[in-house]
Amino acid sequence: MSPDVAPLTRERVLDAYRTVLRARALDDRRFVLNRAGKLAFIISPRGHEVAQVAAITALDPSRDRFCLYYRNFAAALACGFTPEELMLAAFARAADPSSGGRQTPGNFGSRRRGVIIGSSTVGPQIPKAAGIGLALKWRGEGSLCYVSFGEGATSQGDFHEGLNFAAIHQCPVIFFCENNHWAISVPQRLQVAGPGVAERAAAYGIPGVRVRGDDFFAVHQAVQEAAVRARSGEGPTLIEAEVLRLQSHSTDDDQRAYRDAAELAAEAARDPIPRMREALTKRGWLNDEADAALREEVNREVERATDAAEASPDPDPSTLGRHVYADV
Amino acid sequence: MSDRTLVQAVRDALYEEMERDDRVCVLGQDVGLKGGVFKATEGLQQRFGAQRVLDMPLAESSIAAVAQGLALEGLLPVAEMQFADYSYPAFNQIVNEIAKVRYRSNGDFSCPLVIRAPTGGGVRGALYHSQSPEAFYCHVPGLKVVLPSTPADAKGLLKAAIRDPDPVIFLEPKKLYRAERQDVADGEAAVRPLGSATVVREGVDLTAVTYGYMRAVTAQAAARLGQDGIEVEVIDLRTLRPWDIETCVRSIEKTGRVAVVYEANRTGGFGAEIAAELAERCFASLDAPVSRIASPDVPAMPFSPSLEHAFMLNPDKVADGLRRVARY
Repeated sequence: MSPDVAPLTRERVLDAYRTVLRARALDDRRFVLNRAGKLAFIISPRGHEVAQVAAITALDPSRDRFCLYYRNFAAALACGFTPEELMLAAFARAADPSSGGRQTPGNFGSRRRGVIIGSSTVGPQIPKAAGIGLALKWRGEGSLCYVSFGEGATSQGDFHEGLNFAAIHQCPVIFFCENNHWAISVPQRLQVAGPGVAERAAAYGIPGVRVRGDDFFAVHQAVQEAAVRARSGEGPTLIEAEVLRLQSHSTDDDQRAYRDAAELAAEAARDPIPRMREALTKRGWLNDEADAALREEVNREVERATDAAEASPDPDPSTLGRHVYADV
Repeated sequence: MSDRTLVQAVRDALYEEMERDDRVCVLGQDVGLKGGVFKATEGLQQRFGAQRVLDMPLAESSIAAVAQGLALEGLLPVAEMQFADYSYPAFNQIVNEIAKVRYRSNGDFSCPLVIRAPTGGGVRGALYHSQSPEAFYCHVPGLKVVLPSTPADAKGLLKAAIRDPDPVIFLEPKKLYRAERQDVADGEAAVRPLGSATVVREGVDLTAVTYGYMRAVTAQAAARLGQDGIEVEVIDLRTLRPWDIETCVRSIEKTGRVAVVYEANRTGGFGAEIAAELAERCFASLDAPVSRIASPDVPAMPFSPSLEHAFMLNPDKVADGLRRVARY
């Protein structure tokens, strides 16, 4: 293991767990606010939180780049966005640090945090990350670019173009596929030919890893190994984290219309958050009392973030035409 | 000063800008040892190396995406699309990603890059090596679009485009690549600002607004009308977004008549936008309807010489169109 990999201490894992809890609590609140007519549109990370936070925890936000996609709410928190900032985005307020209320809330961006501004189309960040990886390789400072996407995005030509280019030039890129087996209503069997996404790495001559997305330590280890390879000039890795989509695609979707009720109930029972809590409890890092205290603290954060964001002003209509060009 | 064709002037601009600023890099298909299919990058890889002059896989979306990734990391990439017709696989990257980076991040990110592409017909290129797609890109706020018609303008505007803080689509009329030679300035003296039209020929009876290869065709047509005592003022826009409305308005206030001459299909071509804007701005000065002289609405330019000829505007067709406006 390379000396610059931070060890996974109890403190860091508990911090990651707190981020997971924050993501869930904030998301629950966003759904309530959506149903109350206060938020127009939300894409939930429910079921993906543990995988997202485990992956980011294995990286270095002070020097790495992150090309996130619209379901990466928990990943954004792990990259340093605060609950209040994410609530500002949900309310489309002027102070939303990603876009000043211009984009739907899943498009995260912050230059100072290395989070490259996303868009709502599916997959274009994949070859973009390869280009960022090429620049980082040229710079030679051991930074890497992490790019995430769902299994639906792997059907896009940009998935192939990005992996092909990154593999040709051995760019320091981690391709992180969060496979929840559903692209809105289209199941994996109608989306992905062959056994899965990870196997496609073989065609590019790069490592392909499949990992259980509800296992914090397994995801962390897979991403950490990919990071060591990337930083030492051994090129990209494709990771497929198998996760559950415990919520509909978005607030405008209702997956009960196209998914089997028994399957949904079975998946709800496999929520990755209790599993992470059990893993931490087994290690003696967490007990019921500490867990309850954490949740209480997180709920207070959600209250404060919601109140602050709701009270924050909307963008001034006169700013509509700003930032089209450098001089406008 | 050097005696240069348009394609040599393009190559000189790239060479000088790469010498001046080591952030400037070139990428595209066959841009390396081959020097590009039109020789616009000839000798650059030998001089600047295979990193700064990068041969790309045959995949336009990733050419645009990688250029974008490099630009986001502080480089100044100049990407070559082998033909403008082949920029469409990169359309999403150009229009949804590159053009909107600044706006969607509320000014936090920018994407200064140039995408060069040979455009237009008249070289037996047939349907897929002859298209004039400038209207697609002119429609997109966030992009600048340049379409030069002389060696000096090509060099000066490309140098300005590379230095511009915003993404620029730089279309080069391939029929003019080797059509004429011109004394072209070296270094800083060569730079020409974006957004400024030039009056190619002065006249008092009629204004012809044009750009690209049609500049030469329109100038020939204007010379014929001159023999009949009709003095046509010919304006070459050089930059299409932003375009120099004021120069056109001043001319029309003098002539009272205007025709827009463009090589693309008539319907929805950028000339239609020019015509609409000038009709709105110059209504009180006009003695005749604003007229468009453009290529027919067939899907693209056929291969057969007789059909190519039937498609292309030439001095006869343009002179006929100009006479109609003059006599109205």
